Amino acid sequence: MAGLNKINITPPRWLLAELTYKCPLQCPYCSNPVDYAKHSDEISTEDWKRVLTEARKMGAVQLGFSGGEPLTRQDLPELVKHARELGYYSNLITSGYGLTEAKIIELKTAGLDHIQVSIQASTQDLNDHIAGTESFYSKQEVAKLVKKHGYPMVLCVVIHRENIHQMPEILAMAEELGADYVELANTQYYGWAHTNRDLLMPTKEQYQKAEAIAQDFKEQVAGKMKIYYVIPDFHEARPKACMNGWGTTFLTIAPDGVALPCHSARDLPNLDCPNVNDLSVAEIWNESKAFNFFRGKEWMQEPCKSCDEQDKDFGGCHCQAYLLTGDMTKTDPVCHKSPDNHIIQEAIASARESALSTNEKPLIFRNSKNSKRL
Amino acid sequence: MSLNLEQPICFSPMHRLQWEEAQQKDVILYPEGMVELNQSSAEILKLCDGERNVAAIVAALEEKFSTTGLANDIMSFLEVALENGWIKQD
Repeated sequence: MAGLNKINITPPRWLLAELTYKCPLQCPYCSNPVDYAKHSDEISTEDWKRVLTEARKMGAVQLGFSGGEPLTRQDLPELVKHARELGYYSNLITSGYGLTEAKIIELKTAGLDHIQVSIQASTQDLNDHIAGTESFYSKQEVAKLVKKHGYPMVLCVVIHRENIHQMPEILAMAEELGADYVELANTQYYGWAHTNRDLLMPTKEQYQKAEAIAQDFKEQVAGKMKIYYVIPDFHEARPKACMNGWGTTFLTIAPDGVALPCHSARDLPNLDCPNVNDLSVAEIWNESKAFNFFRGKEWMQEPCKSCDEQDKDFGGCHCQAYLLTGDMTKTDPVCHKSPDNHIIQEAIASARESALSTNEKPLIFRNSKNSKRL
Repeated sequence: MSLNLEQPICFSPMHRLQWEEAQQKDVILYPEGMVELNQSSAEILKLCDGERNVAAIVAALEEKFSTTGLANDIMSFLEVALENGWIKQD
């Protein structure tokens, strides 16, 4: 990092503003930290405005308002307005729960560009079970209102073993609701999803079948609807190029002001992730230990160190390496070149065994009671 | 879906075209994505105002840059733009 190997630092382009960890839903694959209940502080409206201003000055242009459920922050319209004045493209990433038509209009007037609504399944029973909250019909209503008011509408469905068989119905529902984009996000196994992995991970046959259906549909609706398919990396031979390279593009600010190079990085040890209460966004991005930690290749071990694909995937996901091996500087175990790849194969086998057994244990839902217990 | 030569072309209301000071270039913004444009692509898209058709766009750019023979390049870019949903024809 320091000294001889001066690394060229590119400015942030994507700012993910996790406004709150509060959420009316309890999805058992939530990407928030399992111990989120410990981090209940939230920075003020003025702090958020300063963060938006500073990041925009550096070059951030895509802005995600996320959470938790961002609608629980009463100052959301004020933040959206500030973001619009700065020239951001603002994305609201919401469960849709509690989103009224009046609020949709208010946010549009404030300058919101796009609303992404999550839906958990194509049937009420399963949606409400997975969300842990009765929400299926209100989500459908919200999706229609989003369209009615001229927003591009993205429907996001997290895919896992409980809903993967509904792929044809999920796609039909998206078409009926008039989605402009459908994000089929195969569960990534961090946080709550890691806790529930045996119960959530589909079998390879299920993935293959679902992917073929999604591919067919993609061709059918070409020109009308776009499909984003988030790959199930456990079944790939090479890791994902996590965050497009650490500290190159993405900046996440957690509800309490902690700045993260990736929204899972809070769980990594000894990164000393900085807080926007103490430092400017420029200082955080350019100078902090956390953001410089995986820039460049100095940190690499074998097989990454001599791999001819190191510029393509940057060694994969450090959070996954840490979660599965205890060492965040190791090669992502998903990679078939990793000496730890057996951990992935064992996880797939374990989930498969759970899928085939008749007495599966129950899912652990994301709520503050479970958060304090885990 | 292919380009209609007669009909006017408008920039998609589902996208935003914007100059980015930090990048010193025009970009197209859409849900969770961004396309960086070179100068000629940006010049073409700025003329997709819902009133001009292909011929009018070609004429305007040939006049602006005091040149001729741009029609093929402009049309092939507009085909790409249509395919990506950046422009629309009613």
